[in-house]
Amino acid sequence: MLRNETATIISIRAVSKLFGAFKALDEVSLDVREGERVVVCGPSGSGKSTLIRCVNRLEKHDSGEIVLDGVTLGDTRDSVKVIADTVGMVFQQFNLFPHLTVLDNITLGPVRSRGMSETDAKALAMHYLERVKIPEQAGKYPRHLSGGQQQRVAIARALSMEPRVMLFDEPTSALDPEMINEVLDVMAELAGSGMTMICVTHEMGFARRVADTMVFMDKGKIVETAPPDVFFTAPESARCQEFLQQILPH
Amino acid sequence: MSRISTTDIAALMTRFWKSTRWIALLALVPILSGCSDRWGWYVVNPTTPSGWTNLTFLMSGLWYTILLSVTAIAISVVLGLLIALPGLSKNPLLRAFNRIYVEVVRAPPILVLILWVYYGLPQAADIQISVFWAGVVALALSDSAFEAEIYRAGIQSIDKGQYEAAQTISLGYTDTMRYVILPQAIRRILPAMGNQFVYMLKMSSLVSVIGMQELTRKANELVTAEYRPLEIYSILVLEYLVLILVVSALVRWLERRLTADEARSK
Repeated sequence: MLRNETATIISIRAVSKLFGAFKALDEVSLDVREGERVVVCGPSGSGKSTLIRCVNRLEKHDSGEIVLDGVTLGDTRDSVKVIADTVGMVFQQFNLFPHLTVLDNITLGPVRSRGMSETDAKALAMHYLERVKIPEQAGKYPRHLSGGQQQRVAIARALSMEPRVMLFDEPTSALDPEMINEVLDVMAELAGSGMTMICVTHEMGFARRVADTMVFMDKGKIVETAPPDVFFTAPESARCQEFLQQILPH
Repeated sequence: MSRISTTDIAALMTRFWKSTRWIALLALVPILSGCSDRWGWYVVNPTTPSGWTNLTFLMSGLWYTILLSVTAIAISVVLGLLIALPGLSKNPLLRAFNRIYVEVVRAPPILVLILWVYYGLPQAADIQISVFWAGVVALALSDSAFEAEIYRAGIQSIDKGQYEAAQTISLGYTDTMRYVILPQAIRRILPAMGNQFVYMLKMSSLVSVIGMQELTRKANELVTAEYRPLEIYSILVLEYLVLILVVSALVRWLERRLTADEARSK
């Protein structure tokens, strides 16, 4: 399902990021085309999360260049705007607003930053709540929802900003095992609709199902980039083979 | 945000009465002490014309005590937030402004600040200031430094993920503070703020030294005329006790009110 004909929407070029003396990203380069589904995996501390957090500037890279939809990211108005218009994100810890109902969590962005009317925003929110299959939870507060439901609300909240790219930062790592699939199903459905996605995850079954490209990172570098059939059957690097052996069921 | 209805007020009054019924026992103090010849409750005996006059004279300061405290608290709650926010900035100059303000303003005792604002400020700035506004300014100024620290603690206690989530739905600084951070922070700092409200109400008694006609001043004046400090100051203690119980009931009610919405939707 590789879509070689589509345009590049994210271009990461030789990006490095330091946390003190620790090199979280070491000259990382990666291109993502529109509609492409990229799954990033690797051991903890390998820089996976930092990489996607640089794409929406939750982290600011120290060197190299990130071009998003033709705009070079930096401390500029254009950069802020292109991120706002293009990128949505889902976090490991959901980060829902605990003092707002599910509905208000979702409408806050469209109303305050898009200037949408309350009525339109509510309709939009209900549309996305139906898409993540929990419209009946609209009036509840996050704490009364299960982890899987909370994460689906977080996905609906991100989608209500109508992004062209969705970043997933270990979306199922904080969930109880029985709730992982309901979130992965929503993500797979989203992937099927043609959304550009970069997912940091250890869910290799999901990766096999939806990824166009697998990326393996270790020690701040991208060690291997391959389509899933190649990646899972014949990974080139020894480090990647070792990692896959550890996390794939035998 | 939910509004306050008359049923809420009725419920509040019932709850206040229920939780403070024991206060009625205090009525025993004058009754029992009346048996001793050291006490002369006649000065405030409501059944005699002069006692009644004295009692109403004492109570007549109530309005000013309330007005002064409420005005000062209202100003300091807003001012405190405006002082706290620069302290959380990445800009070192803004942070320095916050530190200097807090350290300088909270240093002088409130009494000193009252004297300085009433006698000093008019000379320095070539302005006229009434006793009331001098009191309000001194109390609000002093309290704002403490409120700022309370806000800072509250805002800093909010998880970083909340800011990041707000950023990913493109909220700017003002919207993030207004809709995401402050509503959560204020719920957490309400008990500390309630404490500060009680403290301010008590400190308003110091404004009596510049001639503000509030509760303490009235009591002082009556003591000079009647020379019965024991009974008159006992009444004064009771007056503050009742006021502060009302404030604490209000704060507790507000706490419940703010968390009620979340608790209700099961």
